[in-house]
Amino acid sequence: MTNVVDFIRQTVDRDHVYDFMMPQQNPMLEVGQGFLLYLEGISVSFDGFKAINDLNLYIKEGELRCIIGPNGAGKTTMMDIITGKTRPDTGQAWFGQKINLLEMDEPEIAQAGIGRKFQKPTVFELQSVFCNLELAMAGDKGVMPTLLARLTPSQVDRIDHVLQLIGLVGQRNLPAGALSHGQKQWLEIGMLLMQSPKLLLVDEPVAGMTHQEMDRTGELLTNLAGEHTIILVEHDMDFVRSIASEVTVLHQGSVLAEGTMQQVQSNPKVVEVYLGAEA
Amino acid sequence: MMNPQASLDSNQRLFDRSTVSFLAVLGIVMAVVIGANALFPQGSALHVSTYTVTLMGKYLTYALLAVAVDLVWGYLGILSLGHGAFFALGGYAMGMYLMRQIGDRGVYGDPILPDFMVFLNWQELPWFWYGFDNFWFAALMIMLVPGLLAFVFGWLAFRSRVTGVYLSIITQALTYALMLAFFRNEMGFGGNNGLTDFKDILGFDLQSDATRLTLFFCSGLALALGYLACRYIVTSRLGRVALAIRDAEARTRFTGYKVENFKLWIFCFSAVLAGIAGALYVPQVGIINPSEFAPLISIELVVWVALGGRATLYGAVIGALAVNYAKTYLTAALPEVWLFSLGALFVLVTLFLPNGLVGLFKKLTGFSKPKEVNA
Repeated sequence: MTNVVDFIRQTVDRDHVYDFMMPQQNPMLEVGQGFLLYLEGISVSFDGFKAINDLNLYIKEGELRCIIGPNGAGKTTMMDIITGKTRPDTGQAWFGQKINLLEMDEPEIAQAGIGRKFQKPTVFELQSVFCNLELAMAGDKGVMPTLLARLTPSQVDRIDHVLQLIGLVGQRNLPAGALSHGQKQWLEIGMLLMQSPKLLLVDEPVAGMTHQEMDRTGELLTNLAGEHTIILVEHDMDFVRSIASEVTVLHQGSVLAEGTMQQVQSNPKVVEVYLGAEA
Repeated sequence: MMNPQASLDSNQRLFDRSTVSFLAVLGIVMAVVIGANALFPQGSALHVSTYTVTLMGKYLTYALLAVAVDLVWGYLGILSLGHGAFFALGGYAMGMYLMRQIGDRGVYGDPILPDFMVFLNWQELPWFWYGFDNFWFAALMIMLVPGLLAFVFGWLAFRSRVTGVYLSIITQALTYALMLAFFRNEMGFGGNNGLTDFKDILGFDLQSDATRLTLFFCSGLALALGYLACRYIVTSRLGRVALAIRDAEARTRFTGYKVENFKLWIFCFSAVLAGIAGALYVPQVGIINPSEFAPLISIELVVWVALGGRATLYGAVIGALAVNYAKTYLTAALPEVWLFSLGALFVLVTLFLPNGLVGLFKKLTGFSKPKEVNA
């Protein structure tokens, strides 16, 4: 009887905070460490093939981290997990301390501040460059707000600013499909910027680019680091050498080595599986 | 492939040249037809018979239906092969109201029960017929029932990310299932005879010229308003999100849009439009029966839109009018070949006119793609 009374008293207590109302906290993450992305013990397998095998990855705020690794090392799968496209079999993925990525779908993760650039440039080809950026712009992306949305002058300024940043001012009103390969890559980076994400996932941004285009892209990305946190997946070693401070080498779905480019390059394991073949 | 021109058009204003021309042509045609019917006596060379007016009214409801299909197919990329179901449901809701309007003037003279229920020896009105003696309740149901079905169907299908040909097949199955259900007498919708023998609407005699002209006018008005509503959607940012979903669904998701909500909203809106079209269709043709749910009818709809030209809205109207005029003409002149010509039309359009009549017209007149698009 007293149990019941206690239960009722607890339930109606105005100060009582229900468990399900408590904001989720990553129990393993200490406050103030400055980690933005936290992957621990992630494994995923497709039909018995372990694409990701007990992967641990910690990204600090403001970092520009390069992920390298041979084909099939699990780089793209890792991106799929972070952006909600693939669910891991085991493990934890947290964005900051409060956002559990494994409970969200792609749009929610994008809204939370993770932007993704695909390996193959993916833009809305039939719409103008300006419209592409407008669509990507951060804001309320519900159905009704979208139906009633009107561009404010400051939003137009913001789009023009990004156009300048990615060097596509002259192509403002062209259909995105008319852009060259390199320009599409920049447009996609521009679309990421419009989302004002905290974390940018960039998959092979310089694939198929000329040397000048590569230099421009490198400049663009280094300018963005600091203000944004960037994870860059890249195959081009020269490009990685030119911009990266921290490099993580993936092999068979887990981290093989981590450190500066020089440390990584002198690591015998890395040389064996990856760089050896390159050099 | 989609026509780039067609999609870029949607970046323009609500009242662009095509919209203004469309509304002007529709207004003029309606004024001329109504004037020619009402002002000139029968027998005059300028007289348009009431039969023709009603036929044209029927075409206008088809045109509204085609606009609804174009909205989901042309702009959102969902090939719905079940839009006939929403049209028929709207039609049945209107039919139920018209049945209740008959009152005791039916063959069996029962003041409440429609004839087919008396024939089946039913003693009382089934609960789902309650309220249909009230026009406004029926009007609400005309929009609510197709909208609700689209919501439930879309919620299940879009959330499970069913797309492409699989989705098309499910929509076909949906309309087919409804057809089989409505064929059954126990369903309480008149079985295979459907609902017919209507007497009047809102107290006006359905056979009178004035009522027929009014129905024709309402059909034209509904088409104009429906067209404008769709135009408003496709010129808004929502319309651009729809194009984005059509052309790169995954990208749209990673850009932060909940694709399934957008699909669901537009799909439901389109279903409501189809329901309204069906409700205007029934009093003009005087009957609604389960054959309106036939899968073939829904496929035919898609042919209208494809023939006219996708993602233009007015193309859908042109397609609906062209095919139905040809149908009226051919079923009378060459009844054996009608179905073959419809099939041939679809094959030819798919092969040679990917952008339909509108695309052909633009090509012939050199109305080529502008270098720049208005944002």
